[in-house]
Amino acid sequence: MFTEKLFKQTNAYTKSKLKMSKADIEKPIIQIKGLSVKTHEGEILKSINLDIPRNKIVVLLGPSGCGKTTLLKSLNRLTDLHKELIVGGEVLIDGKDILKASQDLPIMRQKMGLLSQRPFPLPVSIYKNVSYGLKLKGVRNKKLIAHSVESNLKRVGLWDEVKDRLNNPANSLSIGQQQRLCLARGLAVKPTIILADEPTSALDPISTKTIENLFKELKEHYTIILVTHVLRQAVRLADHVVFMYYGDIIEQGHPDDILKNPQTEILKKYLIDGN
Amino acid sequence: MNRSRRLTDLIVTIWMRGGLYLLLSIPALIAIGLYWKAAPLLANHSFAELILSAKWFPMKGEFGFMPFIYSSAYVTVLSFFLSAPLCLFAAVYLTQFGKKRLLNVMLPVIDILAGIPSVVYGVWGVLVIVPAVSDYVAPFFGTSSSGYSLLAGGVVLAVMCIPYMLNMLIEVFHTIPVGMKEASLSLGATHWEMVKHVIFKKGFPGIISAFGLGIAKAFGETIAVLMVVGNTLDISVSPFSPGYPLPALIANNYGEMMSIPDYDSALMFAALLLFVIILVINLFFRYFIHKTEQS
Repeated sequence: MFTEKLFKQTNAYTKSKLKMSKADIEKPIIQIKGLSVKTHEGEILKSINLDIPRNKIVVLLGPSGCGKTTLLKSLNRLTDLHKELIVGGEVLIDGKDILKASQDLPIMRQKMGLLSQRPFPLPVSIYKNVSYGLKLKGVRNKKLIAHSVESNLKRVGLWDEVKDRLNNPANSLSIGQQQRLCLARGLAVKPTIILADEPTSALDPISTKTIENLFKELKEHYTIILVTHVLRQAVRLADHVVFMYYGDIIEQGHPDDILKNPQTEILKKYLIDGN
Repeated sequence: MNRSRRLTDLIVTIWMRGGLYLLLSIPALIAIGLYWKAAPLLANHSFAELILSAKWFPMKGEFGFMPFIYSSAYVTVLSFFLSAPLCLFAAVYLTQFGKKRLLNVMLPVIDILAGIPSVVYGVWGVLVIVPAVSDYVAPFFGTSSSGYSLLAGGVVLAVMCIPYMLNMLIEVFHTIPVGMKEASLSLGATHWEMVKHVIFKKGFPGIISAFGLGIAKAFGETIAVLMVVGNTLDISVSPFSPGYPLPALIANNYGEMMSIPDYDSALMFAALLLFVIILVINLFFRYFIHKTEQS
């Protein structure tokens, strides 16, 4: 009974994907139309238009302060936390504009797992970190929660390292482990999109490689939007590269086209300086 | 390094260390001084008798401090329950929900409130709170009161503690990383759930510190409370009854303490008691914070 229920829940996403027509799968999962973010001091994003393809790793590339993080946070409306920001335009996720106030924010945000520059485990135990989103979703079945915690920790390769100390505080883990815990925590709520804001910038090379390999595996089921300014990481991971500069999209396309044959002087200069 | 640089370094180090030791020694010197002056009273009466007895007849040599300790504890607890929830939710609103402009307006207001002399709060209490208790609050609860009561003392103390607690709580909530709040929201928490699970949990030691500061401040406050609390020896459960807190005892009787035998010692003992209680409150909160952080 329990296994059956669990099977149903864990495969809900795959089933819903199977139901999708080929046209639906080829349709972009996110359509950004005229997205602008400004403060009283100036514009951060200048009327951005962008389509995010489904089940791909889309890399947002560009120098610091070009608006990559703001674009990422506009997608799950974390910009709402900053009252000074004025957000305009449309962000359509599966055809629904998430910028409209009528959208149910918590449910909408659960569709998008967030991985920050630095890991931010919640001030509770390892176990409670992973089960946090499930409890918010209303899941009360302890066996189901325990199974989800185990399977998601296994998915990010953390289970063997923490299975004997699940009740320890999450901040007792190393930074690399904390980042994987944050990923497991995000995956537990079964998002369709993963927003990753320079998730490896605070990690050592081994942890970075682990996270990158995870992204490669995860893209089969998830759309990943990755902010980075590490060019080699973009080359290693990207299916689609978006180069931003001063709040604008300068170039976008397949990494082979964009990074090997840049069309604009700004990108050429960025690639030379970046390399 | 030449000799003058070495000498400067040495002088500054001595100065810093000297300043530190002087600061550390002040509370110890106060405690020793108070104990020395209170010693004659302690020689004639046991400590337990002094703090547990309710008989206060200085002319007969009877010095029971229980009514004073009771009144102090009553107005402190009352003021805490009136001010703590208000400060907690005001700080949450200002730091998590309100616009930055509102916080920028509020911060100087809080500073001004903290800077108002306590006698002004006392006058405000006499002119506003005491008549309000006498004319409206007590009749509403079907009783009568002169207004000079433990409730008036608690209300005035609560208003006085608000700026200190609020300021500290705002600082505490500002130190919580934005990334942690974003993590909670992105997992599907509503704004209130984020406050409950992240802000209160992460800020718990700071919240306790702020409350501890408020309680210690309330326990030691003198003039404003003295003006509204009635200064009558009474141990009553009713908040509409008058009271007589420890600081008021010292302030009211300091002028006549030399005329009655052992009276000066009794007042010094009251001061020592106040000092020790505030010290114990602070130590308790520090221990509690330490234990919370450990767990």
